[in-house]
Amino acid sequence: MKSTRAGLLLLTLLLITCAGTAARVDRWFMCWPGNRAKSFNPLGVFIGEGQKMFATHFYRKADVYLHRGGYPTIFDNTEPYKTSHVAEDAGATDHEHKGDEHGFLSEPLDIIDRFNRNFFPSKHTELGEDFPGAPAANPDGKDGNGEMREILPWLRAAAALDPEVPETYTVTAYWLRRKMGKVKEAELFLREGLRNVPGNPTILFELGRIHFENHKDPTRARNLWRQGVAEWQRQEAAKPEPDRFIFAQLHANLAKLEEQEGNLAEAIAHWEQIESASPASASIQAKIAELRKKQAPVPPPK
Amino acid sequence: MKKSLAIAKVVILEMYRRKDFYVLLALTVLITGLMGSVTFFDDPKIGRYLKEICLGLIWISALFIAIATMARQLPAERESRTIFPLMAKPVSRGQVLFGKFLGCWFASCAGLLLFYVFFAFVAASREHQLPVGNYLQAWSLHCMMLAVVIALTLLGSLLLSSVAANATMTVIITVGILLVGRHLHKVGLRAGEISGTLLTGIYYLLPHLELFDVRDLIIHNWPPIAWHIWGIAVLYAMVYAALLLFASWLVFRKKAF
Repeated sequence: MKSTRAGLLLLTLLLITCAGTAARVDRWFMCWPGNRAKSFNPLGVFIGEGQKMFATHFYRKADVYLHRGGYPTIFDNTEPYKTSHVAEDAGATDHEHKGDEHGFLSEPLDIIDRFNRNFFPSKHTELGEDFPGAPAANPDGKDGNGEMREILPWLRAAAALDPEVPETYTVTAYWLRRKMGKVKEAELFLREGLRNVPGNPTILFELGRIHFENHKDPTRARNLWRQGVAEWQRQEAAKPEPDRFIFAQLHANLAKLEEQEGNLAEAIAHWEQIESASPASASIQAKIAELRKKQAPVPPPK
Repeated sequence: MKKSLAIAKVVILEMYRRKDFYVLLALTVLITGLMGSVTFFDDPKIGRYLKEICLGLIWISALFIAIATMARQLPAERESRTIFPLMAKPVSRGQVLFGKFLGCWFASCAGLLLFYVFFAFVAASREHQLPVGNYLQAWSLHCMMLAVVIALTLLGSLLLSSVAANATMTVIITVGILLVGRHLHKVGLRAGEISGTLLTGIYYLLPHLELFDVRDLIIHNWPPIAWHIWGIAVLYAMVYAALLLFASWLVFRKKAF
């Protein structure tokens, strides 16, 4: 009887100690910056920063799908695939792949290797290219057979897992808008990107392109690109290696817009900005000279 | 052959009564259905990601069914002591082994067929096409790969002491071959002299199960493989399965219970 009472008392004491400790630790845990339970994203709770690794994998997967599965493994020649072709085609990067992408498997090493190549996609091809069994793409470059859509789930998954990579939004928007004609979806996705990466110059640039090329709204496009330039100055200018590619893109598009609108002085100013930021280019100088010539008043007929 | 077929029939009946297959099929249907319900950018025709997920699940399920069923066969007979009345019957040890192999293989192939029918339905619902030849090749090559895996598991069940050890070893070997089997020679050439020679030797000796994995061709709608190539692959699997069965028979014929 006595031992039962002592046992119960001990149990009560243990329970109180446990509850007290839990209450104390819980308070600390709720204030702790590394607390993942604050997130409503179940994936974030389970794998945390590991999401970024999966996001990179899925982004690469979109490139694999662009090549119809014909993609090098880590054991093959990956040199021509160092830059994602999905991004390269979208103009989201100034890098160009080197090497022969058709020869990513090199010559077969033996009879098994040669035989094996019949059982997986071993030839280089891209969606939209002529392919046995698939209708050809439209001459305007738009996706004739609707195959391009197949890369979208992986890009969407990559954006969901790592929402702070602007390239995912701009690349997806390019494929949606240019290859599938889904302007509205592209704009919505870019706006989602702008919510996750506020004031990103690359996203602002792409959004401006939608307004300029699709909505035919130069005023909004100008505002977005100017905002992009301002954000670039704020975010990138002070960096030791700023992203000059997007800076040049923003100014080049602004220059084209101003030229189209007849504001030649503005257009020249934008070309001069590009010239000051990049190595001297004959084509830029020629463009400036051409605009200056246009700007010069035409002499009255004698 | 008749005796082996009778034993095979018992194995098929046993598998028919077990719940593994139904649970895996239901899980595959459920996960594929769930993933299929997601719409990306208001485009209901996107289908290749779904094909990849569905085929991935089918491969995992098929491996699990084949290995788990085969790994249990002989140890279960030994534990329940039914191996003795079986041996007392006028059947040779070779016929018992072959019957067990055939039963597991037939049952796995039949199960796999159901999985592939489901896959064809899913793919057709998205892509509005049914490349029967491609699917037939994928299913038959998958079946041939299972024949090698089942024969390997059978050999393992005679050499290893427990079902778990056998199943684990077979899974590791199979997944290892599927992942790096194709690249061993390349790695061997870059490695040092001794390890390089060893890797190249393994490369030539191991059954190249990755030959039978044509998922990427199916997912990305590549044209079917030439039938004579398919035939060579089938023959290759038959030879390996026969070799493994022969090795199993060599171990089994002298084994004391």
